Amino acid sequence: MAQLDTREKLAILADAAKYDASCASSGTAKRDSRDGKGLGSTEGMGICHAYAPDGRCISLLKILLTNSCIFDCHYCINRKSSNVRRARFTADEVVKLTIAFYKRNYIEGLFLSSGIIKSSDYTMEQMVEVARSLREDHHFRGYIHLKTIPDADPELVHQAGLYADRVSINIELPTVSGLKRLAPEKDGARIEGAMGEVKASIADNGDARRKYKSAPRFAPAGQSTQMIVGADAATDGEIVTRASTLYDRFGLRRVYYSAFSPIPDASTVLPLQRPPLMREHRLYQSDWLMRFYDYSPHEVVAAADDATGMLPLDIDPKLAWALKFRDSFPVDVNRAPRELLLRVPGLGVKAVNRIVASRRWRRLRLDDVARLTVSVAKVRPFIVAEDWRPVLLTDRADLKPLVAPKRQQLELFAA
Amino acid sequence: MRLATLSAPDDFDAWRDAARGFAAADVPPDDVVWQVGAAPADLFATTADTTVPPPVPGALSVPRAFLDLARSVVMAAEPERFALLYTALHRLRREPKLIEDHADPLVRRLEVLAKNVRRDIHKMRAFLRFREVADHDGASRYVAWFEPEHHIVRANAAFFVNRFASMRWSILTPELSLHWDGAMLSEGPGAAKGDAPDGDPTEEVWKTYYASIFNPARVKVGAMLKEMPRKYWKNMPETALVGQLIAGAQARESGMISQSREAPTIGDNVAAAWAALRDEAAACTRCHLYKHATQTVFGEGPVDAAMMFVGEQPGDQEDLAGTPFVGPAGQVFNRAIAAAAIDRGQVYVTNAVKHFKFEARGKRRIHAKPDTGEIEACRWWIEQEQMLVRPQVTVALGATAARSLLGRTVTIGKERGRALRLPDGGEAWITVHPSYLLRLPDPAQKEAEFARFVEDLKLAKAAVGG
Repeated sequence: MAQLDTREKLAILADAAKYDASCASSGTAKRDSRDGKGLGSTEGMGICHAYAPDGRCISLLKILLTNSCIFDCHYCINRKSSNVRRARFTADEVVKLTIAFYKRNYIEGLFLSSGIIKSSDYTMEQMVEVARSLREDHHFRGYIHLKTIPDADPELVHQAGLYADRVSINIELPTVSGLKRLAPEKDGARIEGAMGEVKASIADNGDARRKYKSAPRFAPAGQSTQMIVGADAATDGEIVTRASTLYDRFGLRRVYYSAFSPIPDASTVLPLQRPPLMREHRLYQSDWLMRFYDYSPHEVVAAADDATGMLPLDIDPKLAWALKFRDSFPVDVNRAPRELLLRVPGLGVKAVNRIVASRRWRRLRLDDVARLTVSVAKVRPFIVAEDWRPVLLTDRADLKPLVAPKRQQLELFAA
Repeated sequence: MRLATLSAPDDFDAWRDAARGFAAADVPPDDVVWQVGAAPADLFATTADTTVPPPVPGALSVPRAFLDLARSVVMAAEPERFALLYTALHRLRREPKLIEDHADPLVRRLEVLAKNVRRDIHKMRAFLRFREVADHDGASRYVAWFEPEHHIVRANAAFFVNRFASMRWSILTPELSLHWDGAMLSEGPGAAKGDAPDGDPTEEVWKTYYASIFNPARVKVGAMLKEMPRKYWKNMPETALVGQLIAGAQARESGMISQSREAPTIGDNVAAAWAALRDEAAACTRCHLYKHATQTVFGEGPVDAAMMFVGEQPGDQEDLAGTPFVGPAGQVFNRAIAAAAIDRGQVYVTNAVKHFKFEARGKRRIHAKPDTGEIEACRWWIEQEQMLVRPQVTVALGATAARSLLGRTVTIGKERGRALRLPDGGEAWITVHPSYLLRLPDPAQKEAEFARFVEDLKLAKAAVGG
């Protein structure tokens, strides 16, 4: 095979990495390079340097070290039996590319994953070497996210955590039976075991840093995982419950959902269909409800259809919950506690904070609420204000069409 | 009329000093004209009093939140910003908690201005692009051209210094330019786009990355535009690709799908896939029916069958045997397909709902019709079976099967006897369920309906290979 140049390899290895949804560059320790020796900085907030036409943010250089793999996971474009072109970066090529992109302000840092070659340990060693070289040879202070390889030596995973801001390992599928069917070489229990070890390392590091301020940081941006939606039989209710268990057990920062999307040269085990993008979106919204709106997983599941266990696709889960549990409404914006205001469809966390602060100084009228929110029309049926009562509105059987967003044909060629 | 002159559009300190003096002297907001630089902002400026009362130390204390807000608002492009801020300051003396009242129209307006400024600051950090050029001594210098919406450049300098302290760089904007030589930051006058370099070889590598990381199967243009509005596009090299990527996306995606439909993949593992699917279905809890049924009754037959038969749900005997169509209705079915010259060993037989739904009456379990939710919950399995077996012809036996296949309620009388196109390209034929024949009391009618059933099956069979 002819030698590929860096650009050809980049095309192959970025293409192979795009099915990983994670792009976050936030939540890590603050760093800068004011000493004039290093390159890069991190602030609390991540930065999305560009957006692709798929609506996803481009924050990190997201690539695989190689797309050759000894595993045969059916959902994966890089599986052993796939016919895709293979390529492999050297550690040095990845380092140079990262630095060149970073200096031009294209990226926040590097997201590095890999197919498994030779053995899990060998692959993990190569990835750790990239991170080591960036941090030690080039004093790179930007963001690094390393995927850890299933079954790699815990010592290697530990080293990865010392160089990287975030480490992650993909749970891949929400159900054990799905994993067995679609990723026969992967083992759910061992994936969870690896997550448990990372959690323990993060906790140990916290203890160490309380004693010695100079103790090296271990994965300051924590760990995350990803599961594929729509490739196995899991319902939304099962997925939400599974995600919340993962958050609790492993202290994850994020669970990413990836709508199973057509891949070139797909396996017959997973026939192609359009990716369930709206379903993925609704799952992310339910994730938000649990993380920022104090909904319990049990309550999110209650918003799903009782028979099918699926969240409605035409309205968001918060509105679905509100329409199902009408007895919780209307909520008085001048009196109700914060937790209840957070349940009102159309009121976000910021709007609720503003309402709670403002009502100490005035009795809020509907006009006041309108100034604090995006759309008062959506909020109106669910609140009581100084000059507003929804009267019978909240109990109307045909409330849903009044508050649900209008259906709109998506424009494919809008740009 | 009082005139306050500020040296620069983002001169917060000058605004603060002047505003404090006016506030201490209780000058009403309407009496102050704010102006940046020497240009007269007001036609009657010549008559204005340009003396600003000296600030009285300690005379006025304002909440920290107001100062933070003002620092951002001063950078906004809005010409009225200084006056709006002074109005707020003037009111603060009588309403010390004003700043906490977010529902106040003035406070809200200032908050929105501050938010737009913060967003612009963030977008500058995100969308500014450096190009590498050789400096006078041959070393590298990174130069960027950026057009912000608000007066944010000076406020953003620290961010770029923190991040790129070891590089030499220049940021050129229409209003001012910033230069970092590795140790010192200096300011220069505004620049034009032509002053910045017009290319960098690395941009081609970056564009390769941008095109490759894009997933053509999930085009969401609205989501992209929301975060990356067009006004920023002109100075970002990668945005030149957007149009062609979107145009090519649909073709690429449908290409992928049709390719996989026409040419089953190498390492033909449909049989293994089907077995794995059956094992997964054995543990199905997608609806509540699994709780009382004995087992999942999955489909049966060769995975390369040209015909697929879909019934309603397993009955009492199927539930115990774990095999579809073995009870009384199954016997009618077997007789009918034999009469239509169809070999049961050559066709795939399954049910729309895979668990037995029943009501217990004493020791007997009486069949109960699955509801829409249960059919929908189970549709996932039938879709997977369809995609694996890919039959040319699928025969829906009864209304439940038809609903499951077509996703809508159909009247059998209207739809039977003709082919319907399925989304995956196959054909669907709809006829009655064999149990319907069992329930007919009149033997003559039973006979006639059986013959009609066989006719339907013959038509469907004739469609195979056609």
